[in-house]
Amino acid sequence: MAVGKSVVRVDARSKATGKAVYVADMFMPGMLIGKVLRSEFPRGKIVRLDVKKARSIHGVHAVLTADDIPGKNVCHVVFEDMPLLATGEVRYVGEPIALIAAETEAAAQLAIEAVELDIEPLGILIDPEKYNSPDSPILFGEDNIFAHHKIRRGDIENAFAQSDTIIERVYRTTYQEHAYLETQGMLAVPTAEGGIDVYGTMQCPFYVHGAVSDVTGLAQSRVRIVQTTTGGAFGGKEDVPSLVAGWASVLALAAKRPVKLILGRTEDFVSMSKRHPSRVEVKLGATKDGKLTAAGIDILFDGGAYATLSPVVLWRGTVHSCGPYRIPAVRVDARAVATNKVPCGAYRGFGSPQTLFAIESAIDELAEKIGMDPVRIREINHLRRGDETVTGQKLGESVGLQECLERAITESDYYNLREKLHGRNGPVKRGVGISTIFYGVGLGAGGTHFARSGAYVGIQPDGSVQFAVGTTEMGQGMRTVLGQIVAEAFGIPFERVYCLPVDSSRVPDSGPTVASRATTMSGRAILVACSTLKGNLAGVIAPEWGVSPKAITFGENCAFRTDNPAKRISWNDLVERAFAQKVVLTIVGYDSSPPTSWDEDSGQGDAYVIYAWAVNVAQVAVDTRTGVVRVEKLWAAHDVGKAINPTLVEGQIEGGSVQGLGYALTEEYIIDKNGIPMNPRLSFYHIPTTVDAPEIHPIIVESAYSEGPFGAKGFGEQPLMGIAPAVANAVFDAAGIRLREQPFLPERVWPKLKKGAR
Amino acid sequence: MNIGFTLNGRTVRVEVGPSERLLDVLRERLGLTGTKEGCGEGECGACSIIMNGMLVNSCLIPAFQADNSKIETIEGVVETAIGKAIVDSFAECGAVQCGFCTPGFVVAGAALFRENPDPTEEDVRVALSGNLCRCTGYSKLVEGVLIAARKLKERK
Ligand code: FES
Ligand code: FES
Repeated sequence: MAVGKSVVRVDARSKATGKAVYVADMFMPGMLIGKVLRSEFPRGKIVRLDVKKARSIHGVHAVLTADDIPGKNVCHVVFEDMPLLATGEVRYVGEPIALIAAETEAAAQLAIEAVELDIEPLGILIDPEKYNSPDSPILFGEDNIFAHHKIRRGDIENAFAQSDTIIERVYRTTYQEHAYLETQGMLAVPTAEGGIDVYGTMQCPFYVHGAVSDVTGLAQSRVRIVQTTTGGAFGGKEDVPSLVAGWASVLALAAKRPVKLILGRTEDFVSMSKRHPSRVEVKLGATKDGKLTAAGIDILFDGGAYATLSPVVLWRGTVHSCGPYRIPAVRVDARAVATNKVPCGAYRGFGSPQTLFAIESAIDELAEKIGMDPVRIREINHLRRGDETVTGQKLGESVGLQECLERAITESDYYNLREKLHGRNGPVKRGVGISTIFYGVGLGAGGTHFARSGAYVGIQPDGSVQFAVGTTEMGQGMRTVLGQIVAEAFGIPFERVYCLPVDSSRVPDSGPTVASRATTMSGRAILVACSTLKGNLAGVIAPEWGVSPKAITFGENCAFRTDNPAKRISWNDLVERAFAQKVVLTIVGYDSSPPTSWDEDSGQGDAYVIYAWAVNVAQVAVDTRTGVVRVEKLWAAHDVGKAINPTLVEGQIEGGSVQGLGYALTEEYIIDKNGIPMNPRLSFYHIPTTVDAPEIHPIIVESAYSEGPFGAKGFGEQPLMGIAPAVANAVFDAAGIRLREQPFLPERVWPKLKKGAR
Repeated sequence: MNIGFTLNGRTVRVEVGPSERLLDVLRERLGLTGTKEGCGEGECGACSIIMNGMLVNSCLIPAFQADNSKIETIEGVVETAIGKAIVDSFAECGAVQCGFCTPGFVVAGAALFRENPDPTEEDVRVALSGNLCRCTGYSKLVEGVLIAARKLKERK
């Protein structure tokens, strides 16, 4: 059995020994360095842009502006509003204006300085809450609104009128930077026959494929995208690599040489996507015995200068905004608006960490007002099999929330732990907090057009198997998990299976590697391919055994008669015979998600095909002398359907939780009121280190999803999503102060401690 | 200027510029790309190497300072018993995800063992605190170093 075992991941040793090749590690004869000249203004008119001098510098092979782009000057994401290079106007600090390809860093730097650029500042919009104020400029459409999503369910006015208790609160979150250790980068290589090969770090090779074809004007058939070993992504390499690849490609074509363009850390910080800052207003109603009656939620996301992924990020935030609860009457209004700041985009959780922070804090505040334990209010209201979500979706199978809750409570010994911690005296106060969350797996109704996947599976003459998929490995362990699925399907050892790197020319467009969909979607495509191949193999031996091919099972490195397992042939012998008979043993399997139904006006319908569920319990220590909050222990229970590789599942839980911890406690990226980034570097933007990371207890719950490969459903984003509210709730439990704005830095905590502010 | 140093046990000579970083000389001129650049400002430890027995960030070291020194990079460390033990335990306990930070952690772990072959969990956390990892949450990295220490001790 390969599935359910913690096999060692295929890439562990090559990575640990430094042999794995990331894009920065690639060198080619004649290769040039690519560089980008960027705006230092949050908004302004480009009144002069002259590159003649820059072009004449020794060692410089190309200097390009928007006018030199051979194809379309656009980076298509949801709309076509973002250019590859600014024309006429710049809209955020860091916006690309010109590109340089040179033989050395130094020459490229000289060329950047030699570009003659004059920008005349224009009025700016920095505070998203002022998007509709009369003195704010219009940056998008007629009203600065990129998207407006709604949920309408039941009679909201009446439901609030009937409620015994109502709370109204406002929660705010700020940017989060992905801080993948490997910055963005691409290497573009013109081919002898007029095409282009692009190598680089990315999540979505097919987005990059389309983008490179758009900006170069080359037919898609002449563009080939190869993903190199990718040093972390977390959503940060979903859409923006299309820009980086576009820049490298137009430079390479102009210079007729390979061009490697790697962003420096500060450049990456300033110009690449982030988690949307948010303001979420929550009004919740309940009966006196704690049953939720109504939710009114108003969401505002700061989208930045271009729409990019904002409409879809906001959609996920909207659908998750009421938490995993049964609520009969709901009204949600969500808007993402334009500002003169870096465009925000995808980040693990995709709009849901913001709204879950709000709802999961609000539920606790409501419980407190009613005088009810935070766990109890969740037990009363959480979604179970057969319930309807706030979008009116009836939940069928694989609803593991109750088990997550029970196990998190038991394993943390929640009630005793709380009592024990409250009993201690001293300036450091300790407490426990909880969050219950859910995650719609896959693209859902917001992205059905992308919801497809392909897998190439090829049985080799020696019986080993190679396969390739169109979703990507970015560290999560996809190549290993999918290898286990192939091995399991054929009943052969994991070691005989090998996952090839992603190459757009090898597999059909499989949509993006986002939304925790790789295991489920590529897994399903693999199973489609394997099942055809098993049919072909069975057809070789079936006549001899006098049975139909369907009556043959694969397992234990053999094929055997299902009704008489003693009648068997070894895998290798069968493959050898199949080759001799010229049977097809190489195939592309294809799968697409079942359609979901959705009504945009009412926000009602089946938002996602399946949900993952999680419960976090956090133990914190609040130093009342300094305002420093420390998370000491964390229990994280996740319903993943089936853990194909438990160690990798734990790795996702631990890593995601610590990213969530950074979001909760220390990570604050500041763009000041003039639109200038204040701390675009790792020394001033604090991600957790070994000494900040708490003791983590991953708890794996398996409530099988019948359509998922061996019951699995995706969940890789979920570990981050519920940490901030669990910590805020724990801080309240410990010190009686309510934190409604992350991150919970001492300067935010201490004044509240002093005031004893609720 | 022309400098010479011992690199993973072999003597090398290279011509370097006055403002060149040791990291770039190792990666671009000497072809040792196992040492990574994550930040370029001494914050992430992806560029960790051992120089004259000390764990240092090669992105902060001007290349000329390497003259007459003894340098070990990940490529050399993984050929030693200590390096092998760390790589093995990292692989087995699931400490590797995207891998971009991992060579730095292997080098930092090796530097720790030379000073303290029998570290406590606290010792390990402190010794690795100069290395950032965004993927793993550190649990399995710390566990991996502790397991490697135990295995090395048993072997003696
Ligand atoms: S690259 Fe040297 S410490 Fe980050
Ligand atoms: S494994 Fe990705 S940064 Fe450590």
